[in-house]
Amino acid sequence: MNYLTLYNNQTVSVKDIPEHGYDVFLEGNLQLLKNRPERHCVNYFGVKNNREIRIYCCIADDLTHKIYVSSCVLEEGSSIASFTVQNHNFEKFEREIHENFDINFTDHPWLKPYRFANNKYNKDLNVGDYPFYKVESDELHEVGVGPIHAGIIEPGHFRFICNGEQIMHLEIQLGYQHRGIEELFIQKSKLIERVTLVENIAGDTTVGHTTAFSNLYESLCETSTSDALNFSRTLAQELERIAIHTGDLAAICADIAYQLGNAVFGRLRTPIVNFFQEWGGNRLAKGLIRPGKINFPFDEALAKRLLELFKAYESDFNEMVEEFFSLPSVLSRIERTGIVTYDEVLEIGTVGISARMSGLSRDIRLSHPCNLYGNTFIHEPLLKHHGDVFSRVQLRRDEIRQSIEYCKKLLENIPQFHKPENILFVPGEEKFTLSLVEGWRGEICHCAITDGEGNLKTYKIKDPSHHNWMALAQSVRNNEISDFPICNKSFNLSYCGHDL
Amino acid sequence: MFENIKILWHQGKQFIPDVTKAKVPGIFRGRPVISKAHVDEGSLIELCPTKAISNNPFCIDLGKCTFCGECAIQFPEKIKFTTDYKLGTNIRERLFIYEDIDSPIEVNPLLVRKEIHRLFGNSLKLRQVSAGGDNSNEWELTASNNVQFDMSRFGIDFVASPRHADGIVITGPITKNMAEPLQRCYDAVPEPKIIILAGTDAISGGIFADSPAIDRSFLNNHFIDLFIPGNPVHPLTFINAVLDFTRKKK
Repeated sequence: MNYLTLYNNQTVSVKDIPEHGYDVFLEGNLQLLKNRPERHCVNYFGVKNNREIRIYCCIADDLTHKIYVSSCVLEEGSSIASFTVQNHNFEKFEREIHENFDINFTDHPWLKPYRFANNKYNKDLNVGDYPFYKVESDELHEVGVGPIHAGIIEPGHFRFICNGEQIMHLEIQLGYQHRGIEELFIQKSKLIERVTLVENIAGDTTVGHTTAFSNLYESLCETSTSDALNFSRTLAQELERIAIHTGDLAAICADIAYQLGNAVFGRLRTPIVNFFQEWGGNRLAKGLIRPGKINFPFDEALAKRLLELFKAYESDFNEMVEEFFSLPSVLSRIERTGIVTYDEVLEIGTVGISARMSGLSRDIRLSHPCNLYGNTFIHEPLLKHHGDVFSRVQLRRDEIRQSIEYCKKLLENIPQFHKPENILFVPGEEKFTLSLVEGWRGEICHCAITDGEGNLKTYKIKDPSHHNWMALAQSVRNNEISDFPICNKSFNLSYCGHDL
Repeated sequence: MFENIKILWHQGKQFIPDVTKAKVPGIFRGRPVISKAHVDEGSLIELCPTKAISNNPFCIDLGKCTFCGECAIQFPEKIKFTTDYKLGTNIRERLFIYEDIDSPIEVNPLLVRKEIHRLFGNSLKLRQVSAGGDNSNEWELTASNNVQFDMSRFGIDFVASPRHADGIVITGPITKNMAEPLQRCYDAVPEPKIIILAGTDAISGGIFADSPAIDRSFLNNHFIDLFIPGNPVHPLTFINAVLDFTRKKK
């Protein structure tokens, strides 16, 4: 099977993407992935044109930095064999296609609703009608949690099947957060509207998503990305990683009732998010990253501030981390809790921390670098091998330290910032662009397709949570239900990023 | 033990002594002020992603504003964002900022229901409902109770069950899929109860206002006690708004 080869943020003509019959398309793409852990599907989605659905499959190769794209045309309502039965990475993708376009995957083992989207094919389908897996037994019981949870978090429904205190099975139903972002993206044509939408995909990953969009849009409109913009995006991504990872450590401490850790990590997040406010006026970096310009120049004074702040942060952070990892009462809660093995993460197709925790090296900063990654420094992904809460906590600790080093390196060479100017962005006609960014959760993928007049026809967003929710469900099996909160917090996945 | 004391010693005092007078660092975008300068109002209105700016009379609706600051960047002579983070009010109209008016946004105690001060003046337990929120407001509400902002020193807490709560705090534009859970949560809160809308998305729908995937009918059927703008709401904005609402005397 032939396919189109492109690199991260490269714009190609839609017509150059080869079209295959479904059998060739299925077999060819599965062959590409077979026994190749360095390859995985970064996006698989359908575009509707009357009753015709064109499906695009994008497979990224982490070693060659290439992305292989191929397509196939299906009729609405057709029944076909699934990818999923041979490769579980496609499970969610195919559910989405089924929900939106009524394509029936005859041998899909888990063809359930995906996010109860507004544009779903079956309009009678209601968010309350999710068909949960059931086990009939007098000895087992079910525990339902959500959609509204005990803390201040987003909604989603968790259904446990337990044997006493032990979890046998967890099924996660999402969709409560669906706001119709992808549809709005096409309707709203102003750049500022679109970038505002992107900031709202997942507010905790504002930098990650706005960077993916900005990189993509600049490529699609054939404008170059200045050094200042690349610098800001790279620095902001690493700062976001430090801030959220620190907050996650606080949340994990809260869930194991370790008050001191919760207080110290919780307060250590503040100077980082406050730095975003000093730089761009918003603690979560909303308004900071924009295609073609940056409204808030970075200067020597800010660099000095940031270095001072790191100095204060590091001594408090190191002291707290050392104490945290030496406490038996902490370790006994997180070691060997919520394990997902290498084979399992490979089968699920997880990305980001949820892959690196089990030895699967997936990190866009190395494999498909953009902005200053691979330029100012070559990223070295950090790996752990046990796939438990402990590994996920260790990764956060190590990635925080690594990100601080990266920021310091970036600050050695601050580019010239110019007065922000509004560039007229005109997307090319009949183009296809794919953008990958390593957000703090993992790989973010945005795809855009334009029509003959250069209007956006499709904007496809994939948050890393799309892949990773299944890993959480897998991790809690055979654990006590009381350990669910730390398992959940150690993944910290996005509901709104999934539901869009 | 010794290690713990050492950490505590190194942390020092982290809490903000007076949350009503604290200064926010940097260039925070809080309450805007609008000058009488003559600019091309048409393109200024056109600039706003959420149609928060309107004409005749010229004003910005903070219930719709995403605080992106684009208007102030492009028309600095017309619009300036101050660092005044006190943005909460019980009157929706008070969120409209007009030309040449530089006065604080406040809660009007005369319009606060009479049982609020007596029942909630010293203790307020809230149930948060994220209904399409993007997790930024949720983060900031969590931060409201960290060791720095320490909201619980005022007896204001977030609780797990609506049955323990005195009211709900809604974030997000209210998705269709959350409409029913939100109603059920509200129904489970005992009377008397309050509704707080936190963040631009909750107050007006924000960028999602015309999305077919949201359902804001809940808001049409209930009295809203407090509007707290922000994208996301700053912890100091939230704490001050709630304190004003429950404690400010007539």
